[in-house]
Amino acid sequence: MALLANWYDLRDLGNPVARLIEALQDAGLSGGWIFAITGLLGAIGILSFVGVAAVIDIWIERRLIARIQVRRGPNRAGPFGLLQPIADAIKLIQKEALQPDAADGIMFTLAPIVIFIPAILAFAVLPWGEHMILADLNVGVLFILALGSTTTIIIFMAGYASNNKFALLGSMRVIAMLISYELPTVLALLGVVLFASTMSLSGIVAFQETHWVWLIFLQPLAFLIFLLGSTAELGRTPADIAEAESEIVAGFHIEYSGMKFGLFYAVELVNVVAVSAIIATLFLGGWWTFGLETFVPGWMIFIGKLYAVYFIFIWFRGTLPRFRVDQLMAFAWKVLLPLSIVNVLLVALEVFIWTEYELSAGLVLPIFGIVNFALAGALIVGFGKAMTRNMERFPKRPRLVADIDVPLPEPSTG
Amino acid sequence: MLAALTIGAAAMLIVVRNLMHALLFLVLSFVGVAGLYITLSADFVAVAQVLVYAGAISVLMIFAVMLTPRSSRDNAGNMLQLPALILSGLVVAGVTFVALETDWREAGRGSFESTATEIGQALLSPFVLPFEIASVLLVAAMIGAIVLVRED
Repeated sequence: MALLANWYDLRDLGNPVARLIEALQDAGLSGGWIFAITGLLGAIGILSFVGVAAVIDIWIERRLIARIQVRRGPNRAGPFGLLQPIADAIKLIQKEALQPDAADGIMFTLAPIVIFIPAILAFAVLPWGEHMILADLNVGVLFILALGSTTTIIIFMAGYASNNKFALLGSMRVIAMLISYELPTVLALLGVVLFASTMSLSGIVAFQETHWVWLIFLQPLAFLIFLLGSTAELGRTPADIAEAESEIVAGFHIEYSGMKFGLFYAVELVNVVAVSAIIATLFLGGWWTFGLETFVPGWMIFIGKLYAVYFIFIWFRGTLPRFRVDQLMAFAWKVLLPLSIVNVLLVALEVFIWTEYELSAGLVLPIFGIVNFALAGALIVGFGKAMTRNMERFPKRPRLVADIDVPLPEPSTG
Repeated sequence: MLAALTIGAAAMLIVVRNLMHALLFLVLSFVGVAGLYITLSADFVAVAQVLVYAGAISVLMIFAVMLTPRSSRDNAGNMLQLPALILSGLVVAGVTFVALETDWREAGRGSFESTATEIGQALLSPFVLPFEIASVLLVAAMIGAIVLVRED
């Protein structure tokens, strides 16, 4: 039984690692070697999860979107089309990797490789179980935000190196969109961090565990803002202006073919999984679920939550049409940003009341939750009304271009 | 190794002719500096370095390069080479002087447990006035920028 509780305790894969560290210390290895061995093991674990997840997600996403759009989806390769991702990968590897003559060679090749670094690094700080965390940074939330902001420049690298006007347009759109949506998402996470009073992801999960509440119940507005903002940062369908097929063909990866395109495709999926995991950790309690984690392994709960959030993203993608560029920017600056600032002020006030009067958490947290839910609903409805009031009062009718005094371009000859 | 990465990237930044390559080397050198901060156990500063410099400042520079027609392909030559040389020489001399004169022995003391908390408390209790002045300055700059580019 002792053996079962230690080595083979699958509820938390961190336990075997802890045993391994002890065994290595007994063997008399120095700290650096132990660090290297365990770090390597953790990295292999995370990389294999990411690889398998990226392969399975292709199938999940295509099947689910097909189901939403009343199609069948891939169903030929293997049972239920399960082998479709492998067939896709083989096809992509076989294809010739074309490179435009005028492209910037090194940057062109480097971009799809480098873009994986921030996507995979984000998994390092996630707590998969109580002791399953590769790097328990005490600035974990900030670390994830920093990784998100570096993706911008890599995507720009790809778009610029392609030497194609559509690619450049796509990457400039990515940059504009990412820096607009970074502010609301950061401010939304600030609310979470203020409540938990720590930036460490495991600390935030521990906060949710000690106070017996998921942060989504305390921070509904922050959850919504972060969900919408991260949809935009991921460049998924309601906000996929960066690769809008019907406008700029494929955006920043228009010139990429073969496995280089496959890498961009895969990194998109990896990013979605990472963001789903972040949402599951910050707002849905991570591996902790009101006592369920004593029966089910924490990492299974975590992966379940991760895929629940991922389903929301697929749902968005299957049902929502694409925003226009200006609408997307206006949504970030005029709706999400004010709402997130109000949210931060509210949380600061609540935390101040909580700590200054030394109230018990059991008393104030339910009140805060109800107040925040009510205010979130009121703010969203009220703000929406205020934003659209002028539009409803003075509706704009579509007019022909010839009717308004706009200098028309000369009709081109030939 | 991190120092070699940082300095190498910074040197390449000056040497390469393509401005966009120079920009990417600049980002690489920012990341190298962040790595140096991590070895100094200043994790908050390191992450903030990546977030602000590699994430935001580089995007700002991309906009500057993309909106300047002549600079998008090559370094433009102009008359400022001699003043730039003198100025950078002065900066190098100043930094070297300070580095040689400073007493570095205090670097041997223990590392902080959690720098984020320390920085937060330092900013909001002893240094709250400079902090507020900086934020007011930034707001003023932002409003000024908006006023400058307003069309009506």
